[in-house]
Amino acid sequence: MITQEEVAYIAKLARIELKQEELEKYRIDLNKILGYIEILKTVDTTGVEPLAQVTGLENIFRSDEAEEQGIADDILQNISETSGRFIRVKKVL
Amino acid sequence: MNYEPVIGLEIHVQLKTRSKMFCASPNNPDETEPNRNICEVCTAQPGSMPVINKEAVHMAILVGLALGCEIPEYSKFDRKNYFYPDLPKGYQISQFDQPICGAGIQVVEYEGKKRPIRITRAHLEEDAGKLIHEGSTTLVDLNRAGVPLLETVTEPDFRTPAEAKIFLQNLRNIVRYLGVSDADMEKGHMRCDANISLRPAGSQDLPPYKIEVKNLNSFKSVEAALNYEIKRQSEMQESGEKLTSQTRGWDDSKGITVEQRTKEQAHDYRYFPEPDLPIMHFIRGDVEKIRAELPELPAQKEERFISEFSLQDRDAGVLVNDKNLAAYFEEVVSELEEWFKEERLEADIAKLAKMAYNWISGDLQALLKIEGIDPQNSRITAENLAELIKMIHQGQVSTTAAKRILEVMFETGGDPSHVAADEGLSQVSDEVAITAVVDKVIAKNANVVADYKGGKKQALGFLVGKIMAEMKGKANPQVASRLLEEKLH
Repeated sequence: MITQEEVAYIAKLARIELKQEELEKYRIDLNKILGYIEILKTVDTTGVEPLAQVTGLENIFRSDEAEEQGIADDILQNISETSGRFIRVKKVL
Repeated sequence: MNYEPVIGLEIHVQLKTRSKMFCASPNNPDETEPNRNICEVCTAQPGSMPVINKEAVHMAILVGLALGCEIPEYSKFDRKNYFYPDLPKGYQISQFDQPICGAGIQVVEYEGKKRPIRITRAHLEEDAGKLIHEGSTTLVDLNRAGVPLLETVTEPDFRTPAEAKIFLQNLRNIVRYLGVSDADMEKGHMRCDANISLRPAGSQDLPPYKIEVKNLNSFKSVEAALNYEIKRQSEMQESGEKLTSQTRGWDDSKGITVEQRTKEQAHDYRYFPEPDLPIMHFIRGDVEKIRAELPELPAQKEERFISEFSLQDRDAGVLVNDKNLAAYFEEVVSELEEWFKEERLEADIAKLAKMAYNWISGDLQALLKIEGIDPQNSRITAENLAELIKMIHQGQVSTTAAKRILEVMFETGGDPSHVAADEGLSQVSDEVAITAVVDKVIAKNANVVADYKGGKKQALGFLVGKIMAEMKGKANPQVASRLLEEKLH
């Protein structure tokens, strides 16, 4: 079972501010998700190789070619705060 | 009490691909305009998908093989979660439990002693953007976000700061020889973090704490910061203070380390496999094909220079430290060898190589440094330098004159025999010409000759001086001196 303190810690890592009542709401939600994982864990996986991917794809690469005429300016147009060509955000350490 | 340092390194090297690690944005470390090389992938626009750059994988395997690392059959990418504006996705695509390069080994030689350093792993990841903190805001430039990085991690096998520095220099040389990175520490192409702790001499256990030192931007600062930490930590231990694990930053101007506030309270990166990138499967045969591409590596070149040209260890090291200088040296020596063969002259390769080394590492390198260029880009071709060395060897020019000729060649790119003629710097070794002057000087200085014959040996120097003056300094002094002595006996 996940505690309110753990929810508060996860929120802090994700830079999300949660109110007291929200802490409880997400504690219950997260516990439901973890409860589902508990059900998954009951499946017998003896002899099953672990995998990191379900697509079955391997070695999907792109060749090393640079696209010089990109969409940089369009992206900057959509950013709420800029300073020259810099993206401006609230001060971080 | 005597303490022994336990030191490990983590080194990030920017790979010199054309495009970024997971998108087609240009990878250009010299871009001056902020946010010029960005696209939907490296700015984390919703719905955008990464695709692995094949060349970055190829380069990483080359480095791994050069470091003696195992290349696994399978490798995958993982997400390292952290929330910071230098990577707008909220995570860095990195590698956690299946890095592209596994354990390896590199030998480090310090004060004539060779010691193996174990490499834990090397993995591929994407670089983060640059942040500029300005007043109450932070400015973000994402040109660097997504640039391929290869992070090499060593075991805590270094016992002196000097060994750590040598390892770093060797790694820099290797990636430069492989052509996968410019690895200029001052420019941030290569970045290093070190961890260091002390244990009582003779102990084999790892100390119960670890100090991580960041912000090491040059080879010199790596060595200086580690020496500073050895002093600081041993003083603390002597005074009975307990050391705990910490991250500290090196302040280059003050020459001290200071404790750093950490970004995350706990390093809880919640790694999980990157679902958007299929795994990589390396077939043995393909890895062996890449191994066959490996050029001669710096350590091999150094050994060959010592065995083939009888260079001193130190001299070979100086050349190998600079790939371009080493290549130029080899060209000069091979030109010399060819010449001597063509003219059926007896050539002592060790002696010629030593001369070539002295001229290249001394006068030539001084000139190159002033201009800030490589020997390949200078006006002095290897062929012309070889000719100059041959002229010195055969006594056609004096060493002093040769220095002047080299300067003129560096300025104008001329051929040394023409420069010598134009500048009037050719040395006369022609015995008939010198003998004529010797006779003249003897006739004019009967008193001095009498002194010499009477036992005043230093009178010979005076007479040689007269011959040199008569010939305006162009006589070969050895020949003049020998001819004079023969006449006087």
